[in-house]
Amino acid sequence: MSINGKAYIVGAFEHPTRKADDKSVAQLHAEVAYGALQDAGLTKDDVDGFFCTGAAPGLGPLNMADYLGLTKLRHFDSTDVGGSSYVMHVGHAAEAISMGLCDIALVTLAGRPRAEAMATGTAPRSWGVNVPDDPFEIPYGRTVANAYALCAMRHMHEFGTTSEQLAWIKVAASHHAQWNEHAMLRKVVTVEDVVNSPMVSDPLHRLDCCVISDGGGALIITKPEIAKSLKRPLVKVRGHGEATKNQNAGYTDLTYSGARWSGPRAFEEAGCRPADIQYASIYDSFTITVLMQLEDLGFCEKGQGGKFVADGNLISGVGKLPFNTDGGGLCNNHPANRGGMTKVIEAVRQLRGEAHPKVQVPGCTLALAHGTGGLLGTRHGSATVILERE
Amino acid sequence: MATPASNRALPAIAVDPTNKPYFDAAREGRLLIGLCKDTGKHFWYPRGCSPFTLSNNVELVEAKGTGTVYTYTVMRTKEPYCVAYVELDEGVRIFTNIVDCDLDEVRIGQKVKVVFKPTQGDSPPATMFTPA
Repeated sequence: MSINGKAYIVGAFEHPTRKADDKSVAQLHAEVAYGALQDAGLTKDDVDGFFCTGAAPGLGPLNMADYLGLTKLRHFDSTDVGGSSYVMHVGHAAEAISMGLCDIALVTLAGRPRAEAMATGTAPRSWGVNVPDDPFEIPYGRTVANAYALCAMRHMHEFGTTSEQLAWIKVAASHHAQWNEHAMLRKVVTVEDVVNSPMVSDPLHRLDCCVISDGGGALIITKPEIAKSLKRPLVKVRGHGEATKNQNAGYTDLTYSGARWSGPRAFEEAGCRPADIQYASIYDSFTITVLMQLEDLGFCEKGQGGKFVADGNLISGVGKLPFNTDGGGLCNNHPANRGGMTKVIEAVRQLRGEAHPKVQVPGCTLALAHGTGGLLGTRHGSATVILERE
Repeated sequence: MATPASNRALPAIAVDPTNKPYFDAAREGRLLIGLCKDTGKHFWYPRGCSPFTLSNNVELVEAKGTGTVYTYTVMRTKEPYCVAYVELDEGVRIFTNIVDCDLDEVRIGQKVKVVFKPTQGDSPPATMFTPA
């Protein structure tokens, strides 16, 4: 069974805050849910499917469904694979809608790691209790930053990728962020700025890392009949793929990500190829994340990512593959340390023609959003969606 | 620029009934790795099932304790430390630290040998590596 054409994204909302000192996480969930419903022209009582992750306060979806006053739910899903979960939720919602399990799905993400002064990337942290790999990784100071740096170092070793090439990814993101009034980092940076910024975890510099921000976002996904009755431009879900990559029993290969599997699944379902994609939202927790995913999704050959991203190839209006035109996680927003939601939202903006005029891809009808959740260098969840303006 | 390995405090290790034999051996200075007796293949990290067949026909066997650096990174925190995957001579790649050396001199492909470093309290030692 295919979800191609069975569901549409009709509401998308990114919270404008980047530091939520005066709001609780639950409040932020409510604000993004309200924002997405307003965008769609619907109300909370229209929602019969609810999607969130373990990052939502409470037991799965229960406490948030209560807080938000969602009384009509007949389907819920709290799949959590980290920051890519919200890309995955688009696929799961389309599946549920196509099977008649729900008609109007709400997906929410919110968090406030910045207000809580969380050492997001540089302090070791576990995902829970009784995690079997923890005794073999936490004592060694496994952090988000070094779990990505390990991949970057190996990629450089095998393929000759350089820090300057990685820096071009940040440069491109900054060119886009300058037009986003809500972006945390609006200053356009150069390759030299990136490689001269302090080293965090070799070979990743501070400017190779995404921002830490509060806020969140929400999506509304529905079936074709309802989507066509609403006033928003039609953004159709054409394909979805997901995968996990792990340590492979100790025989791990850090030169690729799970996008190697999620990407082809999404392209097959959508019936298109990487060359057809006009805009791509690519998960950008770090510059290396972008580079490896672009290779694995098939935008270039494995090992050629460094050459592909260099010289502005990701800058809208300049390069061949405009990416993260909101400034991405690298410059704009990475709410709750989870970048999947904003990846989908900017893809929706591009397909609606509602991106900032300076970064809008002319005639954008086919876009991709992709996420990597968890840790690139240990175990992660990959999710790809392909969306079309109808 | 030399970056001497710091003697940062290591957190206590969460020992459970399944991984206890591994950590008991570590206290004796022996490095064990998993062996799937269905397939004859080694695996990492130690666990109560075979990641190849899912059966519990597994045991811990002693490794030589030598290998090469598969990849590494130096965390440039106040107390810098080197995180790495070391590929043991037996083939498995294990998440670890490189210690007792100039961290700026660590390289992919470098030969290393196991060393056990104390953690907090009565917790078993951590399995780390140093240039061979």
